Amino acid sequence: MNKRRLKEKLIEWLFFVNGMIAVLVLVGIFILLVRNAFPGFKEVSFWEFLTTSRWNPDAYDKETYGFLAMLASTGMTTIGSLLIAVPLGVGTAAYLSDVASHRVREIAKPLIEILAGIPSVVIGFLGIVLVGPVLAKLTGTYNGLNAINGSILLAVMALPTIVSLSEDALNSVPRSYEEASLALGANKWQTVIKVKIPAAASGIIAACMLGMGRAIGETMTVLMATGNAPDFPQNLLSSVKTMTATIAIELGETAYFSTHFYMLFTVGLVLFIITFFINLISDIIFHKHMKMLK
Amino acid sequence: MNEKSIKQVLGFWVLRLCMGFVALILVVVFYDIITKGAPAVTWTFLTQSPREGMTEGGIFPAIVGTFLVTMITAILAVPLGMGSAIYLNEYAPDNFMTRFIRMSIRNLSGVPSIVYGLFGVALFVEMCHFGTSIISAGCTLGLMTLPLTITASEEALKAVPRSYREGALALGATKWQSIRTNVLPYAIPGMLTGAILGLSRAAGETAPILFTGAAFFLPDLPNSLLSQFMALPYHLYIMSTQHHNITLVRPIAYGTALVLLMLIFLVNISAIILRYRLRQMKKE
Amino acid sequence: MPNMKPKIKIKDFNFYYGASQVLKRISMDIQPTHVTAIIGPSGCGKSTLLRCLNRMNDLIPSSRPEGKIEIDGQDINAPSIDVVDLRKRVGMVFQKPNPFPKSIFDNVAYGLRVNGIKDNRLIEKRVEASLKGSALWEEAKDRLKENALNLSGGQQQRLCVARALAIEPEVLLMDEPASALDPIATAKIEELIVELKKKYTIVIVTHNMQQAARISDSTAFLMQGDLVEYGKTSDIFTKPKQKMTEEYITGRFG
Repeated sequence: MNKRRLKEKLIEWLFFVNGMIAVLVLVGIFILLVRNAFPGFKEVSFWEFLTTSRWNPDAYDKETYGFLAMLASTGMTTIGSLLIAVPLGVGTAAYLSDVASHRVREIAKPLIEILAGIPSVVIGFLGIVLVGPVLAKLTGTYNGLNAINGSILLAVMALPTIVSLSEDALNSVPRSYEEASLALGANKWQTVIKVKIPAAASGIIAACMLGMGRAIGETMTVLMATGNAPDFPQNLLSSVKTMTATIAIELGETAYFSTHFYMLFTVGLVLFIITFFINLISDIIFHKHMKMLK
Repeated sequence: MNEKSIKQVLGFWVLRLCMGFVALILVVVFYDIITKGAPAVTWTFLTQSPREGMTEGGIFPAIVGTFLVTMITAILAVPLGMGSAIYLNEYAPDNFMTRFIRMSIRNLSGVPSIVYGLFGVALFVEMCHFGTSIISAGCTLGLMTLPLTITASEEALKAVPRSYREGALALGATKWQSIRTNVLPYAIPGMLTGAILGLSRAAGETAPILFTGAAFFLPDLPNSLLSQFMALPYHLYIMSTQHHNITLVRPIAYGTALVLLMLIFLVNISAIILRYRLRQMKKE
Repeated sequence: MPNMKPKIKIKDFNFYYGASQVLKRISMDIQPTHVTAIIGPSGCGKSTLLRCLNRMNDLIPSSRPEGKIEIDGQDINAPSIDVVDLRKRVGMVFQKPNPFPKSIFDNVAYGLRVNGIKDNRLIEKRVEASLKGSALWEEAKDRLKENALNLSGGQQQRLCVARALAIEPEVLLMDEPASALDPIATAKIEELIVELKKKYTIVIVTHNMQQAARISDSTAFLMQGDLVEYGKTSDIFTKPKQKMTEEYITGRFG
């Protein structure tokens, strides 16, 4: 083997090692989460974790680690956010792909990206100072820090994802579908509603799922705007404490390697698994969709 | 006008309203923060430490902290991300394993930031004994940004036509020569745009630094990478929820929000403009 | 066919993409300082065969050669052969002009530089000679610093020829070099090919039969991976031995 070939091999090997470090680190996340999650179940029964709703690690007599209340809280805020973000996001995407002029699109797309770039802590702050007071007035509650507030903020966080991916899905619908529909005497609106959106449906669903993944995993907005009451949520006006908020509030206050510490990692592991699978499924749907339309 | 056209007009207006509403969100965010934050942002505010139990003074240490942590993030995420992307796109065989790795990386960019925070506690704070420090927080944010930089860099590499590689190889260039001279020069601007967007996201993150090094208040600037630090997003969180007199410090919170928002906005907008220019250049 | 020592000897050569065999037991000798044309309907494997000669197919995963291709008696698929050295000896011009987005000068100098030539005077000399060799010098000499993408399609393709000539190959492979060009640019490329064969062994893939008839000395007709017929161009086009060849060149399919 000559020198040049040796050098080439060396360079390839370097990039390989580099790639493997990245992969290992990312696999490491999962392993470390698992390793720090399981010891908790020496003290807490898995059954209790899954089926009870009282999460009270500071209880004087016996600490309890029921997971259902925070799961319900996360579910509630997430569903609420999707009720807002899905119609708004898909509508915006349809506007961008089928109504907007080229110039409007050129301006609007960077705007969506800027919206996506706003730090969640800023959105959370506005939840306290803007959304909260308005909600308090409308519903007659004390400070408006509740599940609806969280839903509204999460909708803002999920919107950019839903808009830009739905738009990609709509744009991937071949022109020939559109032309066929127009040639049959349908107008543009009918074409959008009856041809384009159905043809892009799986891509749009994938976009919404990804938005849902964002909402489930969002921390700062819900931490700041939902009031963080640990009880099982009664209705949309309840103050709720989501999975992410629970970790964010409690990890700083607990001793390392206590049962509480491990149980918070368990919550993190659950979050990881939920979001990873949501992303994975939406990724598969999205790529299948794009491939099919090619 | 017949029923069909009326429906179309109405339908289009609904869609326009959706867009308008999204734009309105953006306007409200910027308007509220700029109008209420601007009075607080003075030269003193930008260059001094908080004083009097954080009810007066500035946010200078938080700006420095955010800058330092983002540097660590960049050092970790940018070279590793670009290198991995080069491996995946240029060297890795196109088989199930590679596709699986690529898909996992894409999905890891959607894992919640708080989970990266937990990981940072387990790996950097505990296992590596970095404690709660700039380096722990920077590494945590770096790992969070890594999937993003890898994916963005791969996109940029994919955008370089195959014929550039083939042409070079057919002229007797080695593989690395063809990548170095005929692929990277055209991909690096795109890779950097992606990296900048990733870093700006990292700079605005709060959840991953909550327990890996961000401090409530520090009288002095950090003197080593193992010190704790103040950071803009964390400072905003503190000032809006944890301070003992929240209403009194509201102007400071607004000022902090404005500085953070502008910082991220400027970085993002320059990346977006850079990318736009590149696309225009490519079209010619 | 004149009885010279063949430059390239292909013997019982098979080629696979994964499980599908795209070249089947190809055997042919290619003469030096000759233009050899490979014709056949699209998908017959003619480009694949061409790309086997400088091992560009190495880039395609799960592709596999079998059998022998020798250049000057050397098996080019042997493990001792460095593919980089091979490609220096066997230049290639692609179907679509693919100049790099660099200056005209840097395009031609590219191959020299990656091969470690640093002497700028030598590079300048070789660039000029190559551009003259590809009949582009007169048009390009005053705009050498200009971006190559500003050239017309035909000029770009001649630039790609110059780029290949700069590293002084022995064999020049051309993959439908005129398919993306207009008739005038095509005529120029054809003239150039006839000129170049004085110095180089040229193998050209083309779907244009008149072109093959005009410029080549030998013609190979490929069909679904089989070498149906190979011989002097004049024979192939006037008295083909195989019925299939006749049908193809008279335009009954393809």
